[in-house]
Amino acid sequence: MLLSLEGATVRFGGGAALDAVDLAVAEHEIVCVLGPSGSGKSTLLRAVAGLQPTDAGRVLLDGRDQARVPAHRRGVGLMFQDHQLFPQRDVAGNVAFGLRMRGVGRGEQAERVAELLELVGLPGAGRRAVGTLSGGEQQRVALARALAPSPRLLMLDEPLGQLDRTLRERLVVELRDLFGRLGTTVLAVTHDQGEAFALADRVVVMRDGRIAQSGTPLEVWQRPADAFVARFLGFENVARATVTGTVADTPWGRAPVPEGSAQGERTVLVRPSGVRVASGDASGAGEGTGTGDGSGGVLRCLVAGRTFQGAQVSLRLRPEGRAPELEAVCPLRDAPAPGDTVGVSFDAGEIVVLD
Amino acid sequence: MTTTATRGRLRSDAARLGLMAVPVAFFAVFFAYPVVAIVLRGLRGEDGVWRLAEAARTLARPEVRDVLWFTLWQALASTALTLVIALPAAYVFARLRFPGRELLRAVVTVPFVLPTVVAGAAFLAVIGRGGLFDELWGVRLDGTVWAILLAHVFVNFAVVVRTVGGLWAQLDPGQEEAARMLGASRFAAWRTVTLPALGPAIAAAALMIFLFTFTSFGIVQVLGGPGVSTLETEIYRRTADLLDLTTAAVLSLVQFAAVGGVLAVHAWTVRRREATLRLVDPATTARPPRGAGQWLLIAGVLLVTAVLIVLPPAVLVQRSFSAGLGYYRALTEEDGGAFLAAPVEAVGNSLEYALAATAIAVVIGGLAAAALARRDAGRWVRGFDALLMLPLGVSAVTVGFGFLIALDEPPLDLRATWILVPLAQALVGVPFVVRTMLPVLRAVDHRLREAAAVLGASPWRVWREVDLPMVRRALLIAAGFAFAVSLGEFGATVFIARPDNPTLPVAVAKLIGRPGDLNYGQAMALSVILMVVCAVALLVLERLRGDRTGEF
Repeated sequence: MLLSLEGATVRFGGGAALDAVDLAVAEHEIVCVLGPSGSGKSTLLRAVAGLQPTDAGRVLLDGRDQARVPAHRRGVGLMFQDHQLFPQRDVAGNVAFGLRMRGVGRGEQAERVAELLELVGLPGAGRRAVGTLSGGEQQRVALARALAPSPRLLMLDEPLGQLDRTLRERLVVELRDLFGRLGTTVLAVTHDQGEAFALADRVVVMRDGRIAQSGTPLEVWQRPADAFVARFLGFENVARATVTGTVADTPWGRAPVPEGSAQGERTVLVRPSGVRVASGDASGAGEGTGTGDGSGGVLRCLVAGRTFQGAQVSLRLRPEGRAPELEAVCPLRDAPAPGDTVGVSFDAGEIVVLD
Repeated sequence: MTTTATRGRLRSDAARLGLMAVPVAFFAVFFAYPVVAIVLRGLRGEDGVWRLAEAARTLARPEVRDVLWFTLWQALASTALTLVIALPAAYVFARLRFPGRELLRAVVTVPFVLPTVVAGAAFLAVIGRGGLFDELWGVRLDGTVWAILLAHVFVNFAVVVRTVGGLWAQLDPGQEEAARMLGASRFAAWRTVTLPALGPAIAAAALMIFLFTFTSFGIVQVLGGPGVSTLETEIYRRTADLLDLTTAAVLSLVQFAAVGGVLAVHAWTVRRREATLRLVDPATTARPPRGAGQWLLIAGVLLVTAVLIVLPPAVLVQRSFSAGLGYYRALTEEDGGAFLAAPVEAVGNSLEYALAATAIAVVIGGLAAAALARRDAGRWVRGFDALLMLPLGVSAVTVGFGFLIALDEPPLDLRATWILVPLAQALVGVPFVVRTMLPVLRAVDHRLREAAAVLGASPWRVWREVDLPMVRRALLIAAGFAFAVSLGEFGATVFIARPDNPTLPVAVAKLIGRPGDLNYGQAMALSVILMVVCAVALLVLERLRGDRTGEF
């Protein structure tokens, strides 16, 4: 393993910002740490970088304990959240900084700077002052600067955090291509799941200084480890339920669950796509796979709001009675209007029993 | 359209002129006029004949050259020594969080507002004749340049801590971390990233200290001796003791030129400092010390503070009580010697003068700052900014003597009035008021005013609701500074304070200058009283002062 953390712990005042974290990153792997702000993900990077000493546990690079290795000798690169470009140096001065610190000759420096600016799509920008760069350009310069000394591990702290949405979506694809081409080992942290899933070979979800789940984007997306991860990924239909056989007794009534689901008191996740909507008072039970098994029939809901998302519509449904609101999606042409009453049934394939 | 625009521009010009008129008139009458008058008197003599040849020859005289050379090198040495000793402290206060940091920072700031005469008296108590070191080890430094250098470090320590440390605390630590991640060692990161960012602030602090020490009067007067005199003390000696006005005038002009040069450089560094830096909230940058090195640094700063900053005033206090309350009691008795009144009356005089001077300085400085802060301030307005600093550097002795010569005939016959002293003291207070108010006034975001206006506030209400709350604290701080420097002003006051109404620094200097234990003890006691008054003023300041971003 290129990087491994063993029980790494960092305490600030009373609480632990990093609580006995175990993590391993293999060479050429792109790992993305995902979590809300305050979950300890930046502290994780700083601990690996050597900017934050650990209170317990070990940080190993290439199997060697880094406890006594100062930050500048660890040979890792860090791209800061706010880029931290040096305002008193121009673009080339920024990119060349790491080479200068390693005593690389002037000619070689200039060559490498030109090569990197080319790579990040800013050819010939070397003489520009960093103050004149746009947000996206600053991000590229920061990336070039971090890559210049060829670090064995590149760490990115909210790499695209400050950029606008369209730019972010474009850059994340560029980054993945670039890292793939260069074979860079990357450990990135972000709070944006879209970014994490688009960039990473493996996603690590953090909560309160601990790792809540680790897996490929597909695994995490398909089977969130718990209610926290599910909610963090943007799923709203998460509730406690009693599972008996293939039926879960949820606040929204009885719903089918896949065979082999864990039994008893559980948390269930109903994906929006698993909420079948039939307009009007017509019973949707006919074609749905849902309400077999003698469940309580159709749940009547009021359409409280709708949001258009490209080809489909996201609905906010308020069930009759005291059940929590449900999130559903349906095709554009079938979309009911706010204020309509609809019947709802569930699709077993889109329901996950967690824990 | 055009007429509206023209009228608008005219109105803004008129507003600026209105704001500038009073400060300009004040400086013309109470600064430029007396200074020019005394210099002309020196160069022309009372008969009105120019004595330029004699003046030129003055500069060639060896004793004058000695004074010039000594003034220059002691100022350079004082500046270098202060930087070397205070820069680590600036770092410690800016970046390390440890118990007692706030208290320690307040302590090191006290000397800056202490009157120079008190600083001199305090060092006299430690390294002077019969001082602490004399008693313990037989070491005396008074009359040597070492005493002066140490006292200069004592006074100017806070300039570095405030100017450099203030900026240091606001520098984003991420910048150094970024350098570390690119392979720079701790020191390399500091040298390549932090030092260049601090450069202009260090230059500004160095210039300030050079200015203060180049024109140092009170400290040199108290601690100096034969062969240890600066331009300022020499000007005083020539005018007050020898009545050699020609030499004094030449020396004044030399000092004027030197100070003008330093201020020009200062104005340039101020502009440099406005260059883009990554600044963050200073509350977020300090961290608990890590590793032996940082603890050692804190210990070193503590030691320096204890020996250099705390010990002299402490010994001063101890000496003042060495006869029980005897020296203090003696202060209340008319001794009929140097003074026409009991020395303790100087306390009342000083407070009255200082309050009047503060009021004048706040009005004049406030108006000047308001004019300078206007977004449409042009080039010559900014030039005025530099001019306002001149009183800090122009020989206070020259100003004081100029007051006596220039303001003694109608329509400006002020010689017999008490207002003369506050006017002279206010001249020194104004630069502090401007320097404190200006950054705050400039920092009031224009859009806040627009937001208030859009929400329905009239221009008056905008000022009342937006500007005043943000400026009020700065105004109080400015007043505190003006009060402290007025209280301690010595060079000009020594000329114009009447013998029956001396101020505290004048009384202290007189007592030190006279032989005998009783006079020495009384000088110590009076210094302690002056110190307490100043310290109280400073503590009030510290309470008001949340951010430490000002220049002083």
